[in-house]
Amino acid sequence: MNFDLTPQHEAFRASVRELAQGVAEPLAAEVDRDHRFPEEAVAAASSAGLMGVLIPQQYGGAGLDALAFTLCIEELAQACASTSVIIDVHTSVGSEPILLFGSEEQRRRWLPPLASGELLGAFALTEPAAGSDAASLKTSARRLGGDYVLNGTKVFITNIGRAGVYIVFARTGPDERAAGISAFIVPSDSPGLRVGQVFKKMGLNGSPTGELVLENVRVPADNRLGAEGQGFTVAMRALDSGRIGISGQALGIAQAAVDQARALLAGRPRAQGDDFTLADLATRVESARLLAYQAAWLCSRGRPFTREASMAKLHCTDTAMAVALDALQLAGEEGVLSGSPFERHVRDAKALQIYEGSNQIQRHVIARDLLR
Amino acid sequence: MDFEFSEEQLAIRDTIRELVQDKVAPRAAEIDERAQYPKDIESLFAANGILSIPFPEEYGGISGSSVTICMGIEEIAKACTTSSLILAVQALGSYPILVAGTEEQKRRLCPPLASGEKVAAYALSETGSGSDAAAMKTRAKRYGDEYVLNGTKQFITHGSIAGTLVVFAQTDPEADHRGISAFVLEREKSPWQASKLEHKLGIRGSPTAQILFEDVRVPVANRLGEEGAGFKIALAVLDRSRPGIGAQALGIAEGAFEYALNYAKERNQFGQAIASFQGIQFMLADIATQIEAARNLVFRAATKVDAKAPDLTKVAAMAKLFASDMAMKVTTDCVQILGGYGYISDYPVERMMRDAKITQIYEGTNQIQRVVIARSLLR
Repeated sequence: MNFDLTPQHEAFRASVRELAQGVAEPLAAEVDRDHRFPEEAVAAASSAGLMGVLIPQQYGGAGLDALAFTLCIEELAQACASTSVIIDVHTSVGSEPILLFGSEEQRRRWLPPLASGELLGAFALTEPAAGSDAASLKTSARRLGGDYVLNGTKVFITNIGRAGVYIVFARTGPDERAAGISAFIVPSDSPGLRVGQVFKKMGLNGSPTGELVLENVRVPADNRLGAEGQGFTVAMRALDSGRIGISGQALGIAQAAVDQARALLAGRPRAQGDDFTLADLATRVESARLLAYQAAWLCSRGRPFTREASMAKLHCTDTAMAVALDALQLAGEEGVLSGSPFERHVRDAKALQIYEGSNQIQRHVIARDLLR
Repeated sequence: MDFEFSEEQLAIRDTIRELVQDKVAPRAAEIDERAQYPKDIESLFAANGILSIPFPEEYGGISGSSVTICMGIEEIAKACTTSSLILAVQALGSYPILVAGTEEQKRRLCPPLASGEKVAAYALSETGSGSDAAAMKTRAKRYGDEYVLNGTKQFITHGSIAGTLVVFAQTDPEADHRGISAFVLEREKSPWQASKLEHKLGIRGSPTAQILFEDVRVPVANRLGEEGAGFKIALAVLDRSRPGIGAQALGIAEGAFEYALNYAKERNQFGQAIASFQGIQFMLADIATQIEAARNLVFRAATKVDAKAPDLTKVAAMAKLFASDMAMKVTTDCVQILGGYGYISDYPVERMMRDAKITQIYEGTNQIQRVVIARSLLR
C-alpha cells in the first residue's frame, strides 16, 4: 500500500499548479463577474500541452493517465473552476470517446487538433426531456446514402459556441431506449448546426453552457463513432472517466475554500468552534481526495472503476458543496460580498452536484452495483 | 500509488478472516450479552500468531507494520469489536516499548507479548485527567534502583487482565507535563490491583478497569526513555494507535453494512424487497461511499506510521475522526434499515451501534482530534 504520488505525478502537478496559479487564478474573479470565456487560461493550457493529457503521444498528446488528468483538473479548479470545467469536458467526454471508440482513421484525424487545443471538444447527450434518463433522448440521425442527417436539440452543453467539435448522441435505430442510440463526431461548422440559447447560470460563469440545435445537419457516415447502436455504451464509458474529472474539479474548489478559510482564520482571533469547523473541512477534503485518486488509479490500471468513479463523484462534490458553504460561514460578511472567492466557490460548487450525472444518479449507480 | 495490500498482507488477512468467521463471529453476541472477557478468543489469537502482528521479527513478532495491524483489527471488528480490542490494545500497550524502549528493553519485554503469553495495557487517563492528560496525579518516586508508584488510573482497557502495563506517572510534579515519565510494569514483579470494572454501553466483553497503585515498586530498568519524556512518548504512541481505532471503526461499520445490505435484499414489504425502494438504495449507496472514504484515510494514516512521516499526527487524527464519526452514523443507519429488528439484540446491528460509540471517545475524543488537526493546520 502506498498513498503517495510518484515523483512524476508530483512534478506534473507542480507544473500545472504553476500555470493555474500564474494565469488562471488572477482571472478567476473577473471571468466570473463578466461571464467571459477565460481565453488566456485556455491558451496557456494549450501551449503547455494540457488539452491532450489523456491523448497518446502518437496522436500529439501527453499520453498521461487518469490520475494525471485528475491532478490537472484539481489544480486548475483550485485556481478557477470555470477554466477547469472547460478543460475537463474537452479532455474527458469531449475527446476521450474518440480515443476509446474511434477507428484509427478517426483518431488520426481528430485527436491531434484536440490535443493541441486547436479544436475544443464538447459532449452533447442531454436533451430538454432526457436528463438523468439519457436513454430516452429524441434527437434523430437518419441514414441518407453515405451520410447521416441529424435533427434535434441538445441542452446544457458545456463549451457551447466555443467547441470546434461536438460528440453528439442521436437515435439511429427503431429501439426506443439505449440500443437505438449512436454517437457522432459533429464539426461545429456543419451547416444546420447552431447555438441556441446560452444560459445565464448561478456559477461557472466563465464556462459557456447552452443549447445546441441540429437542423438537417449532414454528417458523413465516417463520423459515426463506434457501431450503430453503440452510442449509449460510448456515453456511459465517457461519463465514467468524466466523473473522475469532476471529482478532481470538486477537490480543487474545496481545497481553495479550505486554504482561503485557513488564511483568514490564521490572521484573526478565533474561537474553538472555528478551529473545529476548519478541522472538519480539511478532514473531509482529505477523504474525498483519496476516493478520487483511487478511482483514477483503478482506471489508469485498466481495472473496473464505475462504482468507484460514482462514489468519488458523489463524495467529492457533496464535500465541495458542504466545504464551500462552511468556509463561507467562517468568512462571515466578508465572504458574501460579490468578488469574494468564498461566495463564488459556493455558486461554482453547486453545479458539480448536478452535472455529469446528478448525485441522485450516482447513488443509483452505486446501489445497483451493490445489489447486483 | 498503490491502493492494495501486499500478497503477504492478503495471506494474513485471509487467515484472520477465516478464524473470525469460524470462531469469533459465532461468539460475538454472547460475549456482549454476558459482558465477559473472551479468554478463549485471546488464546485463539495467541495460538494463531495474531498477537504477534504488532512486533517486528527481531522481537518475536511477524510484522510490526501498522498497515497489517489495522487490517487485522478491521477484519476482527467486522464480527466482534470486543475481540478486535485484543489486538488493538496489544499494539497500544506495546508501542511505548517499541517507540521509546532501549534495545535491551525491547528484547526483554516484547517476546512474551508477541507470543501471546501476556497481554499488554496502557494506563494514561485518570479521573481528573482525560483529554487533559498532562494534569495527571499519579506519582512515581525514585528510591535507589526503584520507583514507587501511587495513584489511580481510570478507563484502562484490559488493565485487569494485562500481564504488562505501561503507566504514565509524575516524577516531577512541579514540572507539569515535562515531569511525566513512562514505566513498564510486569505483573509478576510489580503487581497492581483493579479496583473497579465499568459497566458500559458497548465493547462489553472488554474489561475496562480502574487501577489502583499503592506503593507499587518498579525497577528503574523498566522506565522508558528519560525522566520527563513520558508525555512525549504518550503522544507519539497515540499518533501510532489512532489509525488502529480508525480501522476498528471501519470494521464495525463494514460488519453492520454487510448485514443491513443482505437484510435489505431479503426483507419484503409492500410485495417487494425493501432494497428495491429508492429511499433504501440511496442509504446503501451513501453508506458504502462513506466506508470507502474512511478506508482510504485509515490506511493512508497507517502507511504514514510505517514511513514515520512528518505529517503523521494530523493524518492519524483525521483518520480516527472521520472513521469513527462515519461508523457511528453508518451503524445508526443500519439499525434504521432493519427497523424494529435492528433495535433488538437478536440481530447484531444494535450491538454494533453501541460498540461504535466508543470509537468517537477513546484514544483521544473526536474533539481532541479536531484540536490536533486545527493546530497543525494553523501552525
